[in-house]
Amino acid sequence: MLLYFVFVIGIGFALKRYMKTSKDFFQAGRALPAWICGLAFISANLGAQEVIGMGASGAKYGLETAHFYGIGAIPAMVFVGIFMMPFYYGSKARSVPEFLRLRFDEKTRGLNACSFAVMTVFSSGISMYAMARLIQALHVFDGLFYQLGWPQGGIFTFSIVLSAVIVLLYIFLGGLTSAIYNEVLQFFLIIAGFLPLVLLGLKNIGGWAGLKASVPVAYMHEWKGVLHSNTNPMGIEIIGIGMGLGFVLGSGYWCTDFLVIQTAMASKDMESARRVPLIAAVPKMLFPFLVILPGLLAIGLPTPHTSTVVTTESNGAIVHNISVVPKEVEDGRGLVPAKINPLTGQAMLDASGHPLLDYDMATPNMLLHYFPTGILGLGLTALLASFMSGMAGNVTAFNTVFTYDLYQSYIHKGASDRHYLAVGRWATVGGILLSIATAYAAINFNNIMDTLQLVFSFVNAPLFATFLLGMFSKRTTGHGAFSGLIAGTAAAMLHHGLTLPIEAHAGIHGGWITVIHHYPSDMAQNFWGAIFAFSTNFVVAVVVSLCTKPRPESELVGLVHSLTPKPSMAHLAWWKRPEALGIAVLLGAVALNIFFA
Amino acid sequence: MSLDLRIPMGLMFTFVGIILSVFGLRTNGDAALYAKSLGINANLWWGLVLLVFGFTMFLLGRRRQLQLAKEPPPAREEGEARRGH
Repeated sequence: MLLYFVFVIGIGFALKRYMKTSKDFFQAGRALPAWICGLAFISANLGAQEVIGMGASGAKYGLETAHFYGIGAIPAMVFVGIFMMPFYYGSKARSVPEFLRLRFDEKTRGLNACSFAVMTVFSSGISMYAMARLIQALHVFDGLFYQLGWPQGGIFTFSIVLSAVIVLLYIFLGGLTSAIYNEVLQFFLIIAGFLPLVLLGLKNIGGWAGLKASVPVAYMHEWKGVLHSNTNPMGIEIIGIGMGLGFVLGSGYWCTDFLVIQTAMASKDMESARRVPLIAAVPKMLFPFLVILPGLLAIGLPTPHTSTVVTTESNGAIVHNISVVPKEVEDGRGLVPAKINPLTGQAMLDASGHPLLDYDMATPNMLLHYFPTGILGLGLTALLASFMSGMAGNVTAFNTVFTYDLYQSYIHKGASDRHYLAVGRWATVGGILLSIATAYAAINFNNIMDTLQLVFSFVNAPLFATFLLGMFSKRTTGHGAFSGLIAGTAAAMLHHGLTLPIEAHAGIHGGWITVIHHYPSDMAQNFWGAIFAFSTNFVVAVVVSLCTKPRPESELVGLVHSLTPKPSMAHLAWWKRPEALGIAVLLGAVALNIFFA
Repeated sequence: MSLDLRIPMGLMFTFVGIILSVFGLRTNGDAALYAKSLGINANLWWGLVLLVFGFTMFLLGRRRQLQLAKEPPPAREEGEARRGH
């Protein structure tokens, strides 16, 4: 683990020499090759939410979780690469909010910048929280603390601070390039850590057939029973999946979240930029095996129980061999323990009195179960790496948006470039401090995925509608976009306040206005909330746009589909063109879906 | 950026591979340790895999680095005019 930290910070130092201008710091000089950006693209997203969250969802919902990839991510990635990249990259905007200013107007940009800044800090905080909890649960620092005489309760805080400091160091020094390079490193490390786990786990449980036999039938099928919400574990139905996940949430994230777009915009030219999301889509299709399977395996394995083995020795002595299993493990299922509130030490219960399962522990427990010392260090480092890459991506997105879109636009215009470079560095510090604060708020959810999806749905779903309208219709106006965004976000919040998943208590899970509808699960509530948000934004934006004056076409060249000359790809061999790659990716995704239907 | 990522990355994986393989070799007969991983000496095998991977990356990176060093430096493009947005 130490080796990894050394290298990570080392890369930061090495890159410091190149960080001369703010362009270098925030945009990696716009000079990186496509394969690096492609891998970083997917790695930035491979934070806590992917590795732990997907394992947790795999344990909770089964193979259906793969829909996040097949429907939620792949089509959106293809779309953004082929259709939206020309606008993002071509406009030379330095951030997504800036693109909004170019296309619409200042207030739209301001709104997006503020909400994005908040959201990205929230995400970073969640990553930190997850990492700290993990360190706590895996007892990594217990020995050290004991020797130093510090209270064990301090481990949580210590982990948060440690992760914050390391990420801070390498971004402070090397900017976006450092983050991107480290993300690629983390990508390979994650594979190095998790591939052996999946191989061992599958071997242990008896291969694919053995896994099928140990978990409920629906867990092994992606599409089984999706026509009605009662027949599949996620409690959603095909419209919810199709529209909510695929169209809105998935695209909302992949097409507009600056976290990922920032990585693509750092590429060296337009062709590379367009290929980045497509390159990323390839490993993305295969990752379900790496991250979802451990979750499935965890639930499929037999639950350890406190047991007594009585043997009679040859000299007549009767020996009771008691292996004690902690209560939280016994209350759980397979390798997934029941959820314990870290502050009180008691098991948490859901609305019907059953212990809540701590699905987030599925993957970490798998690591502990199968890895002997040595490779266990590698597995844990891979896990930590995934958190840090998530955090790093959020922090770089935050410091860029803060410096360009908030500071430069509203607080201090026209300063020297060195000034902004310095501001960017301090924004990094500020962003990390804020993340630490939000880390403590994440304690109330039993699955990180749900938390993140909730936050995203509030902010992202409406956003995608704005971009779609902006890029493909020249009639959309600034006023329309602005009001649409507000209406969409309000709709998301309203929806959340009025509905509640069946097994939850009112409060942070919803229903804080009054409950007029129950959803079978958190996930379903999220998806439908996204659909409402998107539609509201769309409708309001269109209506308001029709009532206000659009900008003259001359100003919109290069920003709207109909007014932009198509970049000529004729000089590339046909199989190198982004379109061909996109089609190949889609075909691959469809094939996987059919195989696991 | 003149720093080819494959060099530090290759180095890191090579070291990790070496550490794991050596540790795996030394604990080869230890059944209790490897009961968890179903009796397979995970350290040794995976260590070797990583070692090969890391070294390959490193070599590829070095080759590219040497290639680039031979070419004339690229002309300074319009990056100057673009500063201070």
